[in-house]
Amino acid sequence: MAETSPLTVFEERQDQIHCTGDGPFEMACNRDSLAGAVSQRACVFCGSRVVLYPIADALHLVHGPIGCAAYTWDIRGSLSSGPELHRLSFSTDLRERDVIFGGEKKLAAALDELIDRHHPNAAFVYSTCIVGIIGDDLEAVCRTMTEKKGIPVIPVLSEGFKGNKRAGYLAACKAMNRLVGTGDVTDISPVSVNILGDFNLAGEIWIIRNYFERMGVQVVANITGDGRVADIRRAHGAALNVVQCSGATLDLAKMMREEHGVPFVRAAYLGIEDMADSLYRIADFFKGIDPGIVDRTRALVREEVSALLPRLAEMRRDLEGKKAAIYVGGAFKAFSLIKAFRHLGMTVAVVGSQTGTEEDYAELAQVTDPGTIIIDDANPLELSRFVKEKDVDVFVGGVKERPIAYKLGVGFCDHNHERKIALEGFEGMYNFAREVHASAMSPVWRFVPRREAQNRAAAKGGTAPADAGSDAPAPGEANIPNDKEAVA
Amino acid sequence: MLLRHTPKEIKERSALVINPAKTCQPIGAMYAALGIHGCMPHSHGSQGCCAYHRSTLTRHYKEPVPGTTSSFTEGASVFGGQANLLQAIDNIFTVYEPEVVAVHTTCLSETIGDDLPQIRDKAFKEGKVPAGKEIIYASTPSYVGSHITGFSNMVKGMVSCLCEATGKKNGKVNVLPGWVEPSDMTEIKRIAAMIGVDITMFPDTSGVLNGPLTGKHRTFAEGGTKIADIRKAGDAIGTLALGEWASADGARTLDSQCKVPCRILDLPIGLSATDRFVDALRIVGGTSVPAELELERGQLVDVISDMHQYFYGKKVALVGDPDQLISLTEFLVNLDMQPVYVVTGTPGKRFERRIKELTADAGFEVKVKAAGDMFLLHQWIKNGPVDLIIGNTYCKYIARDEDIPLVRHGFPILDRVGHQYFPTTGYTGAIRLLEKMLDAFLDRKDRDTPEKHFELVY
Repeated sequence: MAETSPLTVFEERQDQIHCTGDGPFEMACNRDSLAGAVSQRACVFCGSRVVLYPIADALHLVHGPIGCAAYTWDIRGSLSSGPELHRLSFSTDLRERDVIFGGEKKLAAALDELIDRHHPNAAFVYSTCIVGIIGDDLEAVCRTMTEKKGIPVIPVLSEGFKGNKRAGYLAACKAMNRLVGTGDVTDISPVSVNILGDFNLAGEIWIIRNYFERMGVQVVANITGDGRVADIRRAHGAALNVVQCSGATLDLAKMMREEHGVPFVRAAYLGIEDMADSLYRIADFFKGIDPGIVDRTRALVREEVSALLPRLAEMRRDLEGKKAAIYVGGAFKAFSLIKAFRHLGMTVAVVGSQTGTEEDYAELAQVTDPGTIIIDDANPLELSRFVKEKDVDVFVGGVKERPIAYKLGVGFCDHNHERKIALEGFEGMYNFAREVHASAMSPVWRFVPRREAQNRAAAKGGTAPADAGSDAPAPGEANIPNDKEAVA
Repeated sequence: MLLRHTPKEIKERSALVINPAKTCQPIGAMYAALGIHGCMPHSHGSQGCCAYHRSTLTRHYKEPVPGTTSSFTEGASVFGGQANLLQAIDNIFTVYEPEVVAVHTTCLSETIGDDLPQIRDKAFKEGKVPAGKEIIYASTPSYVGSHITGFSNMVKGMVSCLCEATGKKNGKVNVLPGWVEPSDMTEIKRIAAMIGVDITMFPDTSGVLNGPLTGKHRTFAEGGTKIADIRKAGDAIGTLALGEWASADGARTLDSQCKVPCRILDLPIGLSATDRFVDALRIVGGTSVPAELELERGQLVDVISDMHQYFYGKKVALVGDPDQLISLTEFLVNLDMQPVYVVTGTPGKRFERRIKELTADAGFEVKVKAAGDMFLLHQWIKNGPVDLIIGNTYCKYIARDEDIPLVRHGFPILDRVGHQYFPTTGYTGAIRLLEKMLDAFLDRKDRDTPEKHFELVY
């Protein structure tokens, strides 16, 4: 069975895995998943849906068979401070008849009814694989409905087979770009930003908005966490776009720069340095017109960090020397996580992403310690092999990785869309430390096979250490016996 | 109010589904395939489908779920997916070494017209399938039926691709369990063993999706029905198919293919349906019901009698899959409860007829809808409240908004555990259902009763 071949890596995938310090950096990525691989990746539709869905006062209609709507029904905790229309699942539920005769009439009827009942401020219509095949003219239906209903009805060209999640991000950005530039910008402060690429998981965008407000920066539009159509329509009035998440909304920032002259800066809200750097970068941008902003920002960071550090130190006491593996969607998160783990005294032994670019991976190779495994579009066999080989204590990943980590007897932190606690900002850093602590230090790992031999040894010595997981091998010492055990 | 956008006024809808009470075929095919030992489910379509199915099953079971995809691109959608599938089959057998690959289609591959039997033949001819290994397949277009249809189609695929009749009966009885939880599959095997009937059950996800923490990641778990056993199902003396919607097609195919007579039964959920299952097993196996099972039945009737006043007249909204709802409706009527609203997302008028039959003499009006959705159910509830909702996790929006207790049952359950380990089938499973419903009613009573009427003992 597969247990006999944990070391098999698809030959075609060799160049999507790199070990820091092993020869020159050269890595393939942004490549379609190999047919037959247990890929952790999703499709174009998935990418579009996750970007747009947090716009809470828009109607989100999935034009396709029921599955595409059912599997994306409120699975992300993108919170709204007002309307909750985004939490409903709307689908044209295409049937065999529609596939044969076309689904345009059904789509128009659905939009007609939904817009009349819910009075959304805009409607997004997502196309799916089947729509791309049967050739429904989404543009035409949406144009007609826009005229008829007086709200923007926008097609999202997200046929699943037309690429991976990144292509979906682009389709979402193109859809949003149709809204940008159509709203009134008269009362917008010259010290103002849009927040791009934050989806308000567990209320995170509220933390970030609060920082900006304390700095004296007006937030025009959240794109898209707790997002509103009217805000996006006037987003071009903001002085600056602050873009988080390397993949999801960067395209929109580029479009806005080109069409409306709005510059953008990259930001990351995870971890102390990245959060502080992001705030300083914004302060720096505005210091010409608002000289006081630098001091206000410094005061904010000082206040937050001095409250945070003693609390982190408590966590670090237990976590020092432990090892982490990271597998995330966008590579930007990996950078922040590597730094965040350093604050906890932890090293990152394995790092990978679903959608990283060549530059991302080159940068990862720069910032990681020798021996770190860097991997693009990993499959579970590869992930579990490296997690065991490196004997990690905590795995950071998403829904599909969680049970793999647990089966191996390794702690887990959901850094993906299923996280239930805010991980952004300074208070998010504390939450992250707590989450890592909760999982890495859980007593449950004492009862799992991976640690049993170590426990027995400890018991023989007479006193079991309070922390049964601290006996990791020395750095560089490959944990081969574990793997042999797995083979047997 | 999360669902504040749901108006009380009900209007006929023809063009859309809101808050679905179903999903699409392929995930059912994937779940069924996981019930074969050493089976790699393969999704012949874009990679999103496979990712969604695996994620949903993982959320429901808290287990890793293997599954591969043909990773369709634009080219494959124009020129057909044969090359992708052949390459996938080659890769899967090389790297993951499964016993069998279970291929299901998606809306995409169905519509472009990929011919699975022909591609399967080609894979064998080109030597991409190692000796002794198998490929089975099912056509599961997402725009027909529901996830239940997909499950049923994959069970049928197991029969048509694997079952053979040697002409010599082997004395065994096939049980097709329907789309039930791994815990239910264990329970069904336990009941058969108690009665002394030698069964082959397929699929069987026990030991696959409720496995132990072993410290190892294995692509394939210990459990699942062995390919060799499914092959021999063609020599069985009979088949009991549990659940018309999920199992009947497979059983009938086996009958016509290998001349194995079948009986279609309701899922053994609740007293009467379990009685019929036990009786059918006894008859087909030529055995008698043992005292231990009589005892379990007696305990169930005892609990019902002890607490029947708390069930009396309780109005219940049921939403889920047809086979489960049919048995649950019958059970609730037996308990003197009133399943006033019954909704499934799976299309089929005969479901509505069956529910009407089961409630015909019960003395209350029942609203039933096939191809319905949770938006409609919520509207019904707004127009006439109920005491309890039984359904999957998505019911929690309605339960919270309307302040109605919820017993989770069905698929998916994304926010609780238990379904993997504790069955609701059989007599003890029925006791568990009673316990859950009573907990819901009595916790509510303890919460809501004014202090001066508060009671210690029920």
